[in-house]
Amino acid sequence: MDAIFLQILNGLDKGGAYALIALGLTLIFGTLGVVNFAHGAVFMLGAFCAVTLNKILTLSQRIRDESVTFFEAYKEVPYLEVWFGETGSTLIEYSVPISILVAIPVMLLVGLAMERGLFRFFYNRTHAEQILVSFGLAIVIQEIVKAFYGANPIPQAPPEIFAGSANIGAMLGMSEAIVYPWWRLVYLVFAGIVIAAVFCFLQFTTFGMVVRAGMMDRETVGLLGINIERRFTIVFGLAAVVSGLAGVMYTPILPPDYHMGMDFLVLSFVVVVVGGMGSLGGAVAAGFLLGVLQSFAAMAEIKAIIPGIDQIIIYLVAVVILLVRPRGLMGRKGVMET
Amino acid sequence: MIAPTTPRKDMVMFIVFAIAILTLPIWMAPLGGSYPDLLQKFAIFGLFAVGFNILFGLTGYLSFGHAAFLGVGSYTAVWSFKLLSMNILPAIFFGMITSGLFALIIGYVSLRRSGIYFSILTLAFAQMSYNLAYSVLTPITYGETGLQLAQYDPRILDAQATVEGGGIPLTNLFGLEMQGWPGFYFCAVVLIIGFYIAMRITRSPFGMMLLAVKSNQNRMNYTGLNTRPYTLAAFVISGIYAGLAGSLMAVTDPLAGAERMQWTASGEVVLMTILGGVGTLLGPVLGAAIIKYFENIFSAINESVLHAFFGFLPDFIENGLVNVASLFVGKGWHLTLGVLFMVMVIFLPGGVIEAYDRIRKRFFSKETRSSAAPQAGDD
Amino acid sequence: MKILEVSNVNKRFGGLQALDDVNLTVEQGHVHAIIGPNGAGKSTLLNCFVGRLMPDTGSVIFDGTSLLGLAPHEINQTGVSRVFQTPEIFEDLSLLDNLMIPALAKRDGAFTLNAWGRVDQDAEIRDQAEHMLEDVGLQDKRHLQSGTMSRGDKRRLELAMCLVQNPKLLLLDEPTAGMSRADTNNTIDLLKKIGERGITKVIIEHDMHVVFSLANRVSVLAQGHVIAEGTPEEMKEDQRVKDAYLGAGHE
Ligand SMILES: Nc1ncnc2c1ncn2[C@@H]1O[C@H](COP(=O)(O)OP(=O)(O)OP(=O)(O)O)[C@@H](O)[C@H]1O
Ligand SMILES: [Mg+2]
Repeated sequence: MDAIFLQILNGLDKGGAYALIALGLTLIFGTLGVVNFAHGAVFMLGAFCAVTLNKILTLSQRIRDESVTFFEAYKEVPYLEVWFGETGSTLIEYSVPISILVAIPVMLLVGLAMERGLFRFFYNRTHAEQILVSFGLAIVIQEIVKAFYGANPIPQAPPEIFAGSANIGAMLGMSEAIVYPWWRLVYLVFAGIVIAAVFCFLQFTTFGMVVRAGMMDRETVGLLGINIERRFTIVFGLAAVVSGLAGVMYTPILPPDYHMGMDFLVLSFVVVVVGGMGSLGGAVAAGFLLGVLQSFAAMAEIKAIIPGIDQIIIYLVAVVILLVRPRGLMGRKGVMET
Repeated sequence: MIAPTTPRKDMVMFIVFAIAILTLPIWMAPLGGSYPDLLQKFAIFGLFAVGFNILFGLTGYLSFGHAAFLGVGSYTAVWSFKLLSMNILPAIFFGMITSGLFALIIGYVSLRRSGIYFSILTLAFAQMSYNLAYSVLTPITYGETGLQLAQYDPRILDAQATVEGGGIPLTNLFGLEMQGWPGFYFCAVVLIIGFYIAMRITRSPFGMMLLAVKSNQNRMNYTGLNTRPYTLAAFVISGIYAGLAGSLMAVTDPLAGAERMQWTASGEVVLMTILGGVGTLLGPVLGAAIIKYFENIFSAINESVLHAFFGFLPDFIENGLVNVASLFVGKGWHLTLGVLFMVMVIFLPGGVIEAYDRIRKRFFSKETRSSAAPQAGDD
Repeated sequence: MKILEVSNVNKRFGGLQALDDVNLTVEQGHVHAIIGPNGAGKSTLLNCFVGRLMPDTGSVIFDGTSLLGLAPHEINQTGVSRVFQTPEIFEDLSLLDNLMIPALAKRDGAFTLNAWGRVDQDAEIRDQAEHMLEDVGLQDKRHLQSGTMSRGDKRRLELAMCLVQNPKLLLLDEPTAGMSRADTNNTIDLLKKIGERGITKVIIEHDMHVVFSLANRVSVLAQGHVIAEGTPEEMKEDQRVKDAYLGAGHE
């Protein structure tokens, strides 16, 4: 029982990342009908927003190290600390959460630029061509990141107060053995908030209403004389922000490197397919579901029965779903079923 | 107007192709590419792309998992070297058989869906193979180190043929060692044969049915044709080509690693096919050669070469240009590749072959223009 | 002799009874027209014949075999060809290829792995295709990409693709819709000409001129019901038919 609970917890944070990326992917596919293979790269760009901000905040000055007295020693001290003392250190410590504020406008711009600069020319071309051009874009983005940040993962630290683990077991009156890193808990809550925000936005604003109508029936909405084009652009920006934020907050969990986008891309496509093409709820549900499944498959007991299952479980689920229920868990009947 | 082909035209094309491939070492010399390692790559990736084109070019099914078959071919070939013989024929034979079987299973399942679902299914299978090769299959694949030959491999068919002094014997074709130029010529001959077979397939009734699959599956069904076995056969054939290419890699360099199976490697063959011209016969080979050639050139360029190149400019311009250009060369070659990918899909979805056709039509042919006229005014 | 026997066919789409207990028999060699207002269920009925839709209940017997549950290609192989309401052709291929494919399907069956011979050297198939192109007057465009043709030409091509298979039963869904008067007359002539080959035809048509020029028998479908059946002359006078059309808002 405890072990199961722990596995569920372990799966949820990864599931949160899957859910957020898949949400963006579905938003684009559902409204614009575009298959975007560069979406993983957007997630990666989000993560590198955090890396960049951290780099900027820790820009350092070389000063004499007073503690070494035998010879002249120097140490690097960030300008922020030199200028603002304690406040400066706190700012640096909180660089990941602060990156959220930076990432929102940056990712919005990235999304808008991608749509205006590239994808709008591909609305009427085949899925194959969309896949190919966005695949090319993904390569370009990741190679540029590699050129600037190198190939090695760059670890990011969470703020001090979230550094340890929470003893969830003790809190809930279960086994003491159930401990869970604070930051993962934060990530989970954060994912929940972002998802809720997206759904509220779509549910309660006129803009959201039009977007949802567009997902139902694109042509009709176009006929109503609503400027659907401009709204599509914004949807693209929104999708980029959602996955970008997923990337920012994920950095303390997984040190970002240039190809993390590709790794997550394939998985999140699988998530979208399992949830159902064009179903936002499905994408979220499938994201968490697959995250948890994956963590169960990684249990030693399970691996002992089916070796290697943890490596393929997600794909296996996707294959089965595509074969027996092509519209996915929550997809509408008739949407891309062939 | 679709220009009809004739056996004669095809024969001419084939002979020119064969001569061009066999004389690669001569005419690539002035282009700085006349060494066996590179030319071998032309042949091997050309073969891979030719096979991929039978699926993607003719039926329109975009597989993102063909690198898996390449990997399976490589592993099988190396195992054949280890267990049976350093002779390359069994290695190639078994490489084709296993990849064909593998393609049969994956194709049977994946082809139940079409369009983007098909792409995702093949992608999922390829990722599964890749992940397994790195984890539980390590007894077969040797995981991250990769599968290599060892001195004490059984080699039951030619165990006595160990090298004096105890090295690992070289891969050979009945004694002819597959290193350097013989290696290239062997791959070249295989490519030429593979090309000929692809040409026959394209011109056959079977090939016509594959084109029909791409054009209108609905009409095919109501015309009394069962599309499933046609697409499956195309999938398996292209899987065998990939396996053949994979075993040729092992022939010229007998080791195999899982990174050959990564889905981005599948992306590369897609790019080759598109760059040359999807659905054309020569296009895929051309695309493979262009990419491998430029990969070779671009990855060899470093900053000092760039400085020499831009040296005539004032210093600050020179440095700026070198900084920008160095993003695209050396280790940054993949960036060039990505840009190329986008440019091709955006501006020239028909590839180099189509570009050539357009240019030729513009400059040389009045006849095409006059026959194109009624086409436009027809409706 | 009856070649097609449709009994008690029902088909529901959600709340809509698209076909309501349809009974129909078609005599060998006849041209049987099905008329009726828009949305009456005519195309749905044809879909049930060719395996695109599975009726909820009922039976469709063609030439002694039941068509229900067979895949579209199997149904075609028993000798049923269909022309669609919007032309379904191989738009990327030349006209000649468009005709060789059905000819090959007829001769070699649903699947043959002939990946070695050259298809353009197959004299038998090529002759059939060329002759058929002449019959429909498209021989000058044989190397044209079929997708670039006018809609009328596409319809003619699709008809030719069905005819080259020499089917026992030809199903035509509004073969003259959207055609000019002249094109319509050409098509009528063509259909009359192939009538001489003894191919049985079921034809859906709104154009009464076409119906009266071709049909031996007419069934009238309205709201999924066969409300009347008889010779064209009888149907012209039938009050029920007039009501059905008037009720549906037609002239
Ligand atoms: N696949 C389907 N799903 C749901 N409803 C359908 C489907 N196909 C047809 N219908 C409905 O069934 C009814 C009959 O359609 P059908 O196409 O058979 O009419 P029709 O007689 O051919 O009309 P027309 O003269 O316009 O071609 C229509 O109301 C149509 O909307
Ligand atoms: Mg109809």
